[in-house]
Amino acid sequence: MTDPLTPVLTANWADERAWKLTNYERRGGYDALRAALQMEPAEVVAVVKESGLRGRGGAGFPTGMKWSFIPQDNPKPKYLVVNADESEPGTCKDIPLMMASPHTLVEGVIISAYAIRANTAFIYVRGEVLHVVRRLQQAVREAYSAGYAGNNVLGTGYDLEIIVHAGAGAYICGEETALLDSLEGRRGQPRLRPPFPAVAGLYACPTVINNVESIASVPSIIANGADWFSSMGTEKSKGMTIYSLSGHVTRPGQFEAPLGVTLRQLLDLAGGIREGHQLKFWTPGGSSTPMLTDAHLDVPLDYEAIAGVKSMLGTKALQCFDDTTSVVRVVLRWTEFYKHESCGKCTPCREGTWWLVQILKRMEAGRGEPGDIEKLLDLCDNILGRSFCALGDGATSPITSAIQYFRDEFEAAMHTPAWELFPYERSTIFVREPAGAGA
Amino acid sequence: MSELIEPQPPSPNGHAGGDVASEELVGHGHFVTHFDEPSLDYGLSETKITEATLEELRLIAARYPQARSALLPMLHLVQSVEGRVTPAGIEACAEILELTAADVSGVATFYTMYKRRPVGEYHVGVCTTALCAIMGGDEVYARLQDHLGIGNDETTEDGKITLEHIECNAACDFAPVMMINWEFFDNTTPDNATQLVDQLRAGVPVHSTRGARVCTWKEAERVLAGFPDGRADEGPTAVGPSLLGLRIAQQHDWAAPDPEHIQDRPGEEG
Repeated sequence: MTDPLTPVLTANWADERAWKLTNYERRGGYDALRAALQMEPAEVVAVVKESGLRGRGGAGFPTGMKWSFIPQDNPKPKYLVVNADESEPGTCKDIPLMMASPHTLVEGVIISAYAIRANTAFIYVRGEVLHVVRRLQQAVREAYSAGYAGNNVLGTGYDLEIIVHAGAGAYICGEETALLDSLEGRRGQPRLRPPFPAVAGLYACPTVINNVESIASVPSIIANGADWFSSMGTEKSKGMTIYSLSGHVTRPGQFEAPLGVTLRQLLDLAGGIREGHQLKFWTPGGSSTPMLTDAHLDVPLDYEAIAGVKSMLGTKALQCFDDTTSVVRVVLRWTEFYKHESCGKCTPCREGTWWLVQILKRMEAGRGEPGDIEKLLDLCDNILGRSFCALGDGATSPITSAIQYFRDEFEAAMHTPAWELFPYERSTIFVREPAGAGA
Repeated sequence: MSELIEPQPPSPNGHAGGDVASEELVGHGHFVTHFDEPSLDYGLSETKITEATLEELRLIAARYPQARSALLPMLHLVQSVEGRVTPAGIEACAEILELTAADVSGVATFYTMYKRRPVGEYHVGVCTTALCAIMGGDEVYARLQDHLGIGNDETTEDGKITLEHIECNAACDFAPVMMINWEFFDNTTPDNATQLVDQLRAGVPVHSTRGARVCTWKEAERVLAGFPDGRADEGPTAVGPSLLGLRIAQQHDWAAPDPEHIQDRPGEEG
């Protein structure tokens, strides 16, 4: 039986200076690259396909299949783009990975680029993480010096340029086609699909865009085999993955486990919800994934089971909120986030998020008006599925799910401010209440 | 639908410059989070862009298969020289990339890291997205506003500190989070936040809780433009919450399966 926690990507995070090439190599780093270069590119794709690896950035699309969509008879250059724009509220796994072990990602980049026959790869990292950018820049330079990148990689005749590209602050650039526009030096606004990036992506050339964790998983798959990877996880959700536990838990943190672990199991390891309090609601994969409650503690955290309770596994960002928390306040804040981050391209999202904020603001202040709940739901109905990209859909998730589970609180928002129902200082981590004062 | 529209008073709501916390706070901790920023400040015409800057801008453009891809890093470089995006910086980028100034301006005004007014030596960003906000980010931000006497996106008179409430910075297991020149300051409290800004204003070196010694905002922008500063080796590999799962696994001797002994069908496990 597989162990409850299975550190692979996180295995070297406690090592002294794990970000240095020599320390990464000491643990067998870049052996997988050597093995991959002995294989035909198509074989590498086949192994990743067989492993069952699915995109770790939210959508869960099979990585190997994405790679196989790259038309190899297309004479245009092919590109690999790593989506390191980690910005989904709650999501905090790729940043520590790149900070601690940037070579895990860089080795994955080289193997993946080789597999799809790309000669240029980009790591699009959000700009607001300076030290991560430093570590990535250095790791890429080290890889060039060691002959893992640049011209004639390890004497095989394969050439690869790797460019670390810092973004400039825009959540929307985590959406893959907006990321491409941004990488082309434009405003980061999503593109109409089709054509899909595999056919016409960066510079209208065949392009694969993968999340950091997806690409970082590739070296371990090549080193240990597809069977090893697929021996972890559940029937359709294979492998190990990083779960990020945050919020009102005794000890928040990163947990690398086989897909299908439950929140109850992870909370047990993390010492449970902070003392004297109960779990009220949580997100399985960031703010764009409909919230769940303590009724869902035993739902396996894999793509299928979470879809089965009408949410999404997303980025596995498990944000936990306890009984001190006003759901109206949290939903307002998330909605303000979407309003701020809406790129403005399509009307339902640009205007809809603005209206949602207006209504939620007065509800937080206890000045909700009759019909406001219905109005929120109606607005969500007009945004969901009618927006250009997933940002608009995501903006509706917290609202509709919160009304589903906590309608009472939205009713109370007609007359009582959220800060009276849930005094805000009680939600902070600074104020320790006297024993027994928990709600 | 007109009954839905709540007229926005000019102040404190919707006031571009922001206000001190006591004015901006609208009822028990909630503040105005977003507003229209003014356009580029064309008031100042002087520029620090030199021929050497232009050379570096061209260098960035040459790194990419298509030069326009360099625009974001080029604007970071402009900020590292000018302390903000200036009309002269926009013109320089436009000329090198053979774009119109309107094209470049359109890009520069899309991204929140590009600043249209001068930024202080230290940019202090307090995360007030939902999780950080409720865990104390709101209190940290409010205290800093009062302590510094400035509102959102404003700079202290000594030119040292620019304060901004920022969106999720991908460190939720360390909430509440504050960023100083885009270095992490984890598990922030109102008290240690005010202490930190006091140190910065006094010229005392400040270290990230898991990164490097804080450099100036302009120096940070230069790194983001793609010019490394040789400081990647500062700071730890990982700390605290990042290591929690790994430590627990080590205690229990839990690990991923041995590749030499794989069970064929995971469905038949235990």
